[in-house]
Amino acid sequence: MNAMPRQMTPARPEFERQPIDASGIGEVERPLSVMERLVNNDAARKAAILLFLAVVWEVYARWLSNPLLFPSFSDTIATFTGDVIDGTIPDRVSTSVWSLLLGYGAGLGLAGLFTTFAVSTRFGTDLLTTLTSMFNPLPAIALLPLALIWFGLGTGSLVFVIVHSVLWAVSLNTLVGFRSVPETLRMSGRNYGLNGMRYVLLILIPAAFPAILAGLKIGWAFAWRTLIAAELVFGVSSRSGGLGWYIFEARSELDTPRVFSGLLAVIVIGLFVESVIFRAIEARTVQRWGMQR
Amino acid sequence: MPYATAQGAGGSVRESQLGAGMSADATPELLRVEGLTLQYKTPQHLVTATYQVDFSVYQQDRYVILGPSGCGKSTLLKAVGGFMKPVQGSIRLRDREITAPGPDRMMVFQEFEQLMPWKTVLENVLFPMRATGRFKGKDAHDRALAVIEKVKLSKFRDVYPHMLSGGMKMRVAIARAMAMEPDILLMDEPFAALDALTRRKMQEELLDLWEQVRFTLMFVTHSIEEAIIVGSRILVLSPHPGRVRAELDASSFSYDTVNAPEFGVLSKRIHGLLFEHEVEQLPQTTEAHA
Repeated sequence: MNAMPRQMTPARPEFERQPIDASGIGEVERPLSVMERLVNNDAARKAAILLFLAVVWEVYARWLSNPLLFPSFSDTIATFTGDVIDGTIPDRVSTSVWSLLLGYGAGLGLAGLFTTFAVSTRFGTDLLTTLTSMFNPLPAIALLPLALIWFGLGTGSLVFVIVHSVLWAVSLNTLVGFRSVPETLRMSGRNYGLNGMRYVLLILIPAAFPAILAGLKIGWAFAWRTLIAAELVFGVSSRSGGLGWYIFEARSELDTPRVFSGLLAVIVIGLFVESVIFRAIEARTVQRWGMQR
Repeated sequence: MPYATAQGAGGSVRESQLGAGMSADATPELLRVEGLTLQYKTPQHLVTATYQVDFSVYQQDRYVILGPSGCGKSTLLKAVGGFMKPVQGSIRLRDREITAPGPDRMMVFQEFEQLMPWKTVLENVLFPMRATGRFKGKDAHDRALAVIEKVKLSKFRDVYPHMLSGGMKMRVAIARAMAMEPDILLMDEPFAALDALTRRKMQEELLDLWEQVRFTLMFVTHSIEEAIIVGSRILVLSPHPGRVRAELDASSFSYDTVNAPEFGVLSKRIHGLLFEHEVEQLPQTTEAHA
């Protein structure tokens, strides 16, 4: 059977040796320099990008020199700070954010009910996936005329369209997250006799948290967009207008720096929620748990 | 037993003892499986995993289920865990029929994903104790610390699982299961995903733990060596569907005796039981048709 010799290569001597002196490389562990740390810092890198964009904006606007079409960064900032100090923007923002929180909260609550129902029964899954594929592609703003007929001008209509834009995105992501929870982890949970609501709360939600968080972020962005768009369409609600109304008003007065300052407010709030609030949640949960890098 | 399996004539030595299991307290019998047939569905097929399997596990047994892949050994363990309903036969733990998963049968899986990534080592060990309400407050905390100490992870108790090595994750899983003081500890190829050196170390540690605590263990493996080292009794299953082929005693072997001639003899004997089919493939199939 074993006619072939085992050794096909020429013979080489064996050897053992002491490890060589490694002091040539310097310290085995060296603390990073300030610059290296700065480059490693997310916030610092992103701040640099923002600074760069602001400079590009300022330079282009000055070169164009047409404040009616394209105001400079400094003009926009001046209008923005002026309106923040005299209370216009904080007032508009609080109006918008109030409707936003109402709609977002209601949307999340409904999404929680839907997905819990969907994971516990097959009918629920079918219902949710069908509804999601029907309504997710439907832009919330297309429902605004209907909302206006049903709820009239005001917060009711806004909340309705926001719920629509949040609900499907969050449900879809949460369901996908629940489904991708590893079988072993599910079995561990059931091994401890967990079932029903406790099983969902203690096992499924934390295990699916990366997907849920992604859903929350998408839902938030959808809600914010929908809100501003809706406010732009029907302007003022019964008591006071939101940020969309602020932009709308400035446009009709051809006050372009104020239009820009309204847009800036929308962006600043978006950045804040994304890179401060959601970032903090991420750092404290999925990153700490090693579920996401 | 009424349905001694077609293959089971070879090595079964337990049959005569079954009668003794009837009297209540004196018996060391903990788990009894009778005529167990298990089937599961894949999208295309209904697969019979085990067919009319009988065995009993006694208190403080290190009961190993050994068989080639596809003999239904993991399915068997899942059924004991309560994750599968038998098609035929019964599984009784302390004379109570097993119907659902429960913390009296703690499972340790092969996959590292069994740990909750959102909990530290300590919280992972605490979780089942508190979730089931079996141990509470300070008591649970002290138990968790003690058992973490036992698996030599005290330094890592506040660390999240993703920072641990495979062997350490497995130790946490074992600690978590042991802290619950289950009637029986079910392990489904727990060391199969580890490298050879770590696996050997874990086997030794498991035996050390058993020496200290004397828990009852049911252990599934496809490695003959692991079966002989870890097990005190070995149930050998035939492939596809799993039927009892033999039940052997391995209580006298451990790492110290790996090189003893008896170890080799037992290993060869099991090897023969497992792989004889490959030699006599043809007669085997005709027999099945008859």
